[in-house]
Amino acid sequence: MKQSITLNRVTKFMGLGFLITLKSLFTGELDKEGFKNFLRKIVVPIASIFLFIGLWHMGAKSLYNIEAEYKIEKALTEQGQEAAEVMRACIASGDVSCQPNTLPSPAQVWESYKTLLRDHQVIKADKVAFAEKTAALNAKRVAEGKDPITYTGRPSFVDQIFTSLKTVFAGFLLALVIAVPIGVIIGLSKTLRSSVNWLIQIFKPVSPVVWLLLVFMIVKTMTKDSNSDSAFIISFISVGLCSMWATLVNTAMGVASVDKDYINVAKVLKLGPVQKVFKVILPSSLPLIFTGLRITLSVAWMVLIAIELLAQSPGLGSFVWEEFQNGAIDSNSKIIVAMFVIGGIGFLLDRIMLTIQNTVSFNKTSGI
Amino acid sequence: MAYLELNNVYKTYGQGNHATNVLSNINLSIEEGEFVAIVGFTGSGKTTLVNLINGLLEPTKGEILFKGEPVVGTSHERGVIFQNYSLLPWLTVGQNVYMAVKEAFPKKSKRELHDIVAEYVEMVSLTPAINKRPKELSGGMRQRVAVARALAMKPEMIIMDEPLGALDALTRGNLQDEILKIWGKEKRTALLITNDVDEGIYMADRIIPLRPGPKATLGPEFKIDIERPRDKTELNDNANFKETRNAIIEYLMDIGNERKSEAQEVFELPDVTPKSFVGRF
Repeated sequence: MKQSITLNRVTKFMGLGFLITLKSLFTGELDKEGFKNFLRKIVVPIASIFLFIGLWHMGAKSLYNIEAEYKIEKALTEQGQEAAEVMRACIASGDVSCQPNTLPSPAQVWESYKTLLRDHQVIKADKVAFAEKTAALNAKRVAEGKDPITYTGRPSFVDQIFTSLKTVFAGFLLALVIAVPIGVIIGLSKTLRSSVNWLIQIFKPVSPVVWLLLVFMIVKTMTKDSNSDSAFIISFISVGLCSMWATLVNTAMGVASVDKDYINVAKVLKLGPVQKVFKVILPSSLPLIFTGLRITLSVAWMVLIAIELLAQSPGLGSFVWEEFQNGAIDSNSKIIVAMFVIGGIGFLLDRIMLTIQNTVSFNKTSGI
Repeated sequence: MAYLELNNVYKTYGQGNHATNVLSNINLSIEEGEFVAIVGFTGSGKTTLVNLINGLLEPTKGEILFKGEPVVGTSHERGVIFQNYSLLPWLTVGQNVYMAVKEAFPKKSKRELHDIVAEYVEMVSLTPAINKRPKELSGGMRQRVAVARALAMKPEMIIMDEPLGALDALTRGNLQDEILKIWGKEKRTALLITNDVDEGIYMADRIIPLRPGPKATLGPEFKIDIERPRDKTELNDNANFKETRNAIIEYLMDIGNERKSEAQEVFELPDVTPKSFVGRF
């Protein structure tokens, strides 16, 4: 019993309360109220997922038909009756060469997902084989003081995910390191706050693309002499700069609006300025700082795709762009797979932040 | 020379036409070791008075002397127990007290500091809850932590701003006894601000009513000549107690009525008769 209570607490803590209802269904602890809960939290969401897929399927089908009709029509007007018949037969046969290019259906997306996974397995096997093959040579090269040979083949979809995660975390850390200290400083001083307010208000709404170009101008010059990976540097700095504003504003607001009672306590205890900041002001503004960080992380993940796409840095963004340029028959469905993966990872990142927020802050409000 | 002296103290919030005179012409002197209570209606400027004495606010006019020196800012010599506990919610009971002790005695070793914390937490009988956070405590327990925090700094004077105002009657009684016990043991000077006349009489040597604001000022003082330790149940039969109590309440009622009559304004209504529309349509 005790074990199940802690399990309940942990899942609620992470904002995954619906798992408890699912569990009670299997253990048979469901009463009338629980059954209602079960309907609301499990059945209705699942039904809505099916509804969504159904609508998607029908929408994709009608788009497919429109596209197919158009193709046949075109063949008819340009090449005559015979060509139109050939085209109709070709589309009906499912031949790759003449498939209409439109929104893929759920089934196609699922197929592409499996293809991508298979592709990943192949590349992984490739890598292992490469490592085995070059192991002896590399050991020799290292012993001679040369750089080892690394695998330079095409990255798989899963590799792209990890590259993107790396970029987003680097950007997030940058935002954290810049925004929190500055937020605390401007939160503490009214004068500073009003003097930098215009700057924040102007830079906050600037589009990720413009940030990227700005960062590009600076980093290009700074990394002239080094041969480091400037695409990665540019993209993570842009991600950080785009996403840090929420944390900056929230931190400044949290610090500026600390409960007057706590400030009075700090005064009566005669805490020094450093102690006052670290023992009173920071802990009491922690909930707001974390709200800011949560927004920052989700914004970072959102702009990352656009930035990778433009900066030509590897990752999910460039994956999407390459697939779009590629124009293969399953490119569209691969883009949709990437869309779901991006959404899913964004959701997970938010849950992780929520869990950390609940662990560190005293104000244990449940997540949204 | 008195231990704490307030001479012609005025406190005004705002400026010019928007100025509110909260306190005007406050004169008060407290001797060392004395327990003085100030009673007044809510909103009469009691908290402002407390904040002036503990140094969180500065008087607009007049001077506040503590041991002959003007009060500038807060000091560890004057411990404050706030009305709303003001515990830091992210620290445990022990940590809340420890933070105060550490500031008050920067030279003591960690071990000594922890001993002091343990001693005062024990004094308010919260040792079992020492690792709990304020959120997990009841109102009475929280206020006891606040008492422990203020006293652990070993201030020479304790200033209490309606410390028991938010508590139920039973807890209130217990805490009154506890505060009195600690005060009796260490004989510090104490200033209690309260809206409860009985509490004032039970605890203090002297009671001074605060005439309600705006322009609040102190009324005539009432001496309480009841021997300590006082017994709450016997107090009800004490002729002296009844007399003082009635006198204070009468005084407060009188100023209450005065204020009401001052506030009375006569609005003259215009003399109108309804128009007759008969026969017009």
